[in-house]
Amino acid sequence: MSGKVPMRDGYGKALLELCEKRSDVMVLDADVAKSTRTVWIRDRYPEHFLDMGISEQDMVGTSAGLALSGMVPFCSTYCVFLAGRAWDQIRTTVCYNKLNVKLGGAHAGISVGPDGATHQALEDVALMRVLPNMTVIVPCDAEETRKATLAMAEISGPCFVRFGREAVPLVTDESTPFEVGKARLCRDGSDVTVFANGPMVYEAMNAAEALAKENISVRVIDLHTVKPLDEETVIRAAGETGCIVTAEEHQVHGGMGSAVAECLAANCPVPVEMVGVQDSFGESGQPQELMDKYGLNQENIEAKIRAVLKRKKA
Amino acid sequence: MNIQELKETARTVRGDILTMIHQAGSGHPGGSLSAAEIMTALYFDVMKLDPKNPEWDGRDRFILSKGHVAPVLYSVLARRGFFPAQELGTLRKLGSILQGHPHKQSTPGLDCSSGSLGQGLSIANGLAIGFKKQGKDNRVYCLMGDGELQEGQIWEAVMTAAQLKLDNLCAIVDYNRVQLDGTVPEIKDLGDLCAKWHDFGWNVIELDGHDMEQVTNAFRMAASFKGKPSVLIANTVKGKGVSFMENDCNWHGNAPSAEQLEKALAEINGGKEA
Repeated sequence: MSGKVPMRDGYGKALLELCEKRSDVMVLDADVAKSTRTVWIRDRYPEHFLDMGISEQDMVGTSAGLALSGMVPFCSTYCVFLAGRAWDQIRTTVCYNKLNVKLGGAHAGISVGPDGATHQALEDVALMRVLPNMTVIVPCDAEETRKATLAMAEISGPCFVRFGREAVPLVTDESTPFEVGKARLCRDGSDVTVFANGPMVYEAMNAAEALAKENISVRVIDLHTVKPLDEETVIRAAGETGCIVTAEEHQVHGGMGSAVAECLAANCPVPVEMVGVQDSFGESGQPQELMDKYGLNQENIEAKIRAVLKRKKA
Repeated sequence: MNIQELKETARTVRGDILTMIHQAGSGHPGGSLSAAEIMTALYFDVMKLDPKNPEWDGRDRFILSKGHVAPVLYSVLARRGFFPAQELGTLRKLGSILQGHPHKQSTPGLDCSSGSLGQGLSIANGLAIGFKKQGKDNRVYCLMGDGELQEGQIWEAVMTAAQLKLDNLCAIVDYNRVQLDGTVPEIKDLGDLCAKWHDFGWNVIELDGHDMEQVTNAFRMAASFKGKPSVLIANTVKGKGVSFMENDCNWHGNAPSAEQLEKALAEINGGKEA
């Protein structure tokens, strides 16, 4: 486990593997094939590829029809346009019909960088997880994105995976287990649990490492599947560590942190602090500058851990 | 079925539409009545179907893009034998297999849920692409409203079908010229509709959507046309067959009272040919 790889490479690699093995897989893109890495399919398996042009709503509808014909479409474009612009198509056509459509949302989060707020998907997890029949996955690195994409092909029904543009550190390898709906323990600890997903898993691991030197024992769990939520793991962690921090590259409202809070409010109310974008749009800047400005980093996770531990003791 | 039998069936379908919307107390008679011949032709003459095996792999597919005219679809499905006609009386009621707008999982013979306008043609395209990819000869039909053509996604899909030369697809526009708030020209005019579809690369067939012979012929012409998708621009009358409903946007989404139903049914059955 070393080096940095763009998460979208994991998406592209998985699609190559799927097209190699299966004749029923179709990969669709909306004129951003180079960005999403579906260009790899276009070049190697052109019969599996459709460029729909700049028409996201049509792409989702076409994917629905492909699914109705018995094929397995992977519908790919920037997350913000997929989950946002085509939301009604995803709701009423894909989810209401419970169709076997796979949605690959690229360029997720604020780390898209210089393109600015219009292109930074910070609401997509909220938009997708509110939909009945939908599975929502937020992998933490390129390898987990690959595994999530492969896993989606095995699930019958609508699935959404979101992944970032930037090269992020690999925190898993081929042998790391991955199961949709099953949170993954990254590091055990007893004082507090951090539920993280996406690139925040790496930041949470670093925070845990740093705080260990102060004898704060931090459990880190990769909560890659936001829906269906692994409630058992969430409730157990709350019971055993007594307080929770969530960390995601998304609005704090409606995302993974909200899903955890909803679960805990009903089952095991403990103090919760959330790391995420605080109800604002992003802006242009270098990815790391933005992650730091909006508190999507190790330092802020550490601060939230200290804050939640205070509340736990109070 | 011969033309006379198809006409009689369309008359039965009109009666069903009015009766079921009256019983439901709400629904969309205008656009259901305007599509009666088109839907009857599709389900009793044109499409390959097996009512005993609604999920038969070899069947042709129908996407009702203008989902609010569910009553006309439910009537032809029932009359074709997909489910008992008594079910029509449960339209829009709690627990019914007939939801206010089509829901695939609820109704036997239904190929897709719909109700949010502008989405059907994309779905039909996807089916047509899928069948071609799999080397299957199933055909795909998609009925749209004219008001619905104000949705931008329709034109995305129009371009997709032309780009991919989906000649296993036949779209139908129920061109009744009335939408909920008024007439189509006064709300947002469609201009020269045939020219538009033609310029987008489609095989365009214009017809009288209430002339059963023209309707069945148009479907045959579409099926034999290769290299382009076909669209039937069916000139129709909103509320067709009921004088007080015809061309009146107030009957887009209103249920007839008992008295109105009686009058409407008398008109429909009064025009019975020997």
